[in-house]
Amino acid sequence: MKEFSIIGKPTPNVDGPAKVTGEAQYTIDMTLPHMLYGKLLRSPYPHARILSIDTSEAEKLPGVKAVITGKDTPGGKWGLWRRFRELSDQQALATDKVRFIGDPVAAVAATTEEIAEKALDLIEVDYEPLPAVFDPIEAIKDDAPMVHEDFPSNINATRHIEWGDVDDAFAKADYIREDRFVLEAAHPCAMEVHNSLASYDKGTGRLTVWTSTGSPYFVQLNLAEALKMREGDIRVIKPHVGGHFGGKNSTMPDAVNAAILSMKTGRPVKIVFNRDEEFTTTEHRTAQHMALKLGLKKNGEIVAFEVKAMTNGGAYTGLGATTLYLTGTFITMPYKIPNYRYDGVRTYTNIVWGTSIRGFGAVPGKYCSETQLDRAAKDLGVDPLEIRRLNAVAPGYTAPGQYTFESCGIQPCIEKMVVRVKEKWPTIEKDEGIGYCGFAYMSGGIFNWIDTPYAYSSAHIKVNWDGTVDLYSQAADVGQGHNTVAAMICAEELGIGIEDIRLHMGDTAHAYTDLGAWGSRETLMNGNAIKDAASQVKQKLIDIARLKLGENIAYDLVARNKRIFLELRPERGLSYYDLVKDAIRQNDGVPLTGTGHYTPHNKGMISPAYGMGIMAIKAKVDRGTGHVTARDVLVVHDSGQIINPLGARGQVEGSIHMGLGYGLCEEMPMDQGMLLNPEFVDYKILRTRDMPEIEILEVPTYEPNGPFGAKEAAEATIAPAAPALANAVYQACGAEFFSNVLKPEKVLKAIRAREAKNNAASQAKE
Amino acid sequence: MKQQLNIVVNGEPHELFIEPKTLLVQVLREHLGLTGTHQACDSSSCAACTVVVDGMAVKSCSILALQVNGREITTVEGLAQEKSLHPIQQAFIDNWAFQCGFCTSGQIMATKALLDENPDPTREEIQAQLDGHLCRCTGYNMINEAVRDAAKRLKARKDLESQKWLQTAKSGKGAK
Repeated sequence: MKEFSIIGKPTPNVDGPAKVTGEAQYTIDMTLPHMLYGKLLRSPYPHARILSIDTSEAEKLPGVKAVITGKDTPGGKWGLWRRFRELSDQQALATDKVRFIGDPVAAVAATTEEIAEKALDLIEVDYEPLPAVFDPIEAIKDDAPMVHEDFPSNINATRHIEWGDVDDAFAKADYIREDRFVLEAAHPCAMEVHNSLASYDKGTGRLTVWTSTGSPYFVQLNLAEALKMREGDIRVIKPHVGGHFGGKNSTMPDAVNAAILSMKTGRPVKIVFNRDEEFTTTEHRTAQHMALKLGLKKNGEIVAFEVKAMTNGGAYTGLGATTLYLTGTFITMPYKIPNYRYDGVRTYTNIVWGTSIRGFGAVPGKYCSETQLDRAAKDLGVDPLEIRRLNAVAPGYTAPGQYTFESCGIQPCIEKMVVRVKEKWPTIEKDEGIGYCGFAYMSGGIFNWIDTPYAYSSAHIKVNWDGTVDLYSQAADVGQGHNTVAAMICAEELGIGIEDIRLHMGDTAHAYTDLGAWGSRETLMNGNAIKDAASQVKQKLIDIARLKLGENIAYDLVARNKRIFLELRPERGLSYYDLVKDAIRQNDGVPLTGTGHYTPHNKGMISPAYGMGIMAIKAKVDRGTGHVTARDVLVVHDSGQIINPLGARGQVEGSIHMGLGYGLCEEMPMDQGMLLNPEFVDYKILRTRDMPEIEILEVPTYEPNGPFGAKEAAEATIAPAAPALANAVYQACGAEFFSNVLKPEKVLKAIRAREAKNNAASQAKE
Repeated sequence: MKQQLNIVVNGEPHELFIEPKTLLVQVLREHLGLTGTHQACDSSSCAACTVVVDGMAVKSCSILALQVNGREITTVEGLAQEKSLHPIQQAFIDNWAFQCGFCTSGQIMATKALLDENPDPTREEIQAQLDGHLCRCTGYNMINEAVRDAAKRLKARKDLESQKWLQTAKSGKGAK
């Protein structure tokens, strides 16, 4: 394997000093002179017609500078599925009717937050409540209320995927099992709530928005649609972002209404959601019903698989339509499935909408398929690890019409797991079990629902007289550590140090387009663009070095350790810093520049590359209380060439935290569309004492589509945590689960059901 | 009716006139511009806003500013020396103990209070101190490692200082 100077070395976060001293500025920390505070009035009804809104009393309140309702907005609708205009269904403020509890109907700008809140109380809205629908199975019934009038049966999107001859394969299968599942919603819970600061310049007609987002470009596009402006007249800046986890892809009413209020008042306006608003009105992981049918040979080899999904989409689209598609694809990975059929339906309902939360598509689907696989293995008397090894794909595997794994380390991952599990857990205690789950996830999506005419990722670099490099891209560090990865890739390619790189990221005015942080895309896609830009500059320096050194043209020159030298004769070379000066002199005083880009071509329907692996969780069940404890986690994964081992470990650990939460305690119970736990007091995320120790082993592969052989490390390991946990409980006591949150009462019930089943079986024998 | 508040924050005295209902976090963020202290909930349940008041870790969203009248407060902005980061800060960086960084100041300040009191905490003691601190990014293990690393660094610094003191005493330099 190639030797690197920087890639693969544990590298502290380039944003570290700012983040540990409090100097890092998040949108929520920002104020501007003369700034106003905006607040949104939200619907208390899940579904209602707006008959009238009276804002006159609110307008009279001293300190109130603007009150707006739907009729005062430019009226543009927006969404992430721009390619399909009918799915651009979000709006700044509801005009005709509200579709979920929390749909905004009016907005206020005032001199203080307190006055803005008081003003909301003075707005009178006359609603005519309408019948509402909260469950997808109810939503598609003929007499169900319609959430959007132009979508019959409340069907927002459907997906069909099929390859092979499924019916024939089932007919020939030795073993078939069918299971139905209900998956709960979960909230991303970013620590920084959605918030935006907008400043409109009346003189020029241009708008600047600072916002807590995963994609400044998406916000720019969506604002242009919402406000009926040109994209180029809108500048979106992403300061430090306090967490994303998939909940910050969509442009939300904070950004749009702050902009409209700023246009109205001529003053900067900031809107910050409170935590209750964050829980009740921002996007979550979609709740869904799933039905799986699995056909196997006696030895456990998969011959046919059929999946049906019905998702509780909520009031708007977000990235939910993409989640629906990915539910049907990630559920097949990383296994050879010769015959496969998927039908998914996403329904509109009168709740806040579900979208692309971390590991989207993979998380609910894998829960079902991997718990089902364990039950099938048990029925057939096959070891759970063996059934996964038997069915695991090999490099070059193609799912017809869908995806191809180029680099693919799943088999060595499983082999390593087999060995390590025996060493690590030679024996287990009573009521303990070890559960497994295989997984794979994309390294950036190929889909273009946003309908960008630009390259998926771009980066621009400028090399200055002193050798410092300014790197510009719209790519977004949202906490995952992309800034560090970006600096490492740039420095490695140029053969210089991280300290030579200056980052200018996430600003639509200063950089060419990058689609932002979703689908684990930044390392591969932005990494490729940065490497491309840097290699252009490197080539210029190499050309000059070649002239000056006057060596045999057959010799290769490399850039490393701040020098450019003959690869075979390292002593013959020149200083990077001197070469930069020569190059700028030669270039009539113009700094060296490189503009790189990346767009995947001919890489299937999903992604150019996939991270993958297998997870094992050892868990203990208390048969008396039903309490489940995740005791120990072991992951063996293939993320290609790891760029930054520190950051990669952080991503894996964080994914497991969120995945275990999905399996143990996170849920969003609703009553008639009203969320019952909209605070951290009641919505439980795992705390430090709940977290097991995690051992992470790597199986490095070289991904030909990634920069320096890299692929994703951010999301693959979230999906396996909950199913591995459920499988551990299943192995410990035979309790079966068809839903994800293993609360004690549910576990007890499952244990009782198992005992009843066992008793019935033994009685039948007698 | 506004009331007078006298506090020392990061060694600097401040005299303010505030509404009695003003929370400490509001004084820090809005009046003094110390935005390194973050608030991630409205229910006193995330501990992101933790600061140190007279040596004790306190959630600044759950205390009125007037309750700390006359007290000394340290926020994340007050930890670093002129030219170098505090060992806890350096340990958080070197151990990748944060990702988005939003809850980090609270974690660091709680660690500061812990290590001042207990310079060699066990994993369980660290977890007990930090249990109320919600973090959505890290999964906590790397934070715990950073805290243990910080304890080691602080001990090493202390040892070095005492060695220096001993050597200085031995050399007999300075005024006689």
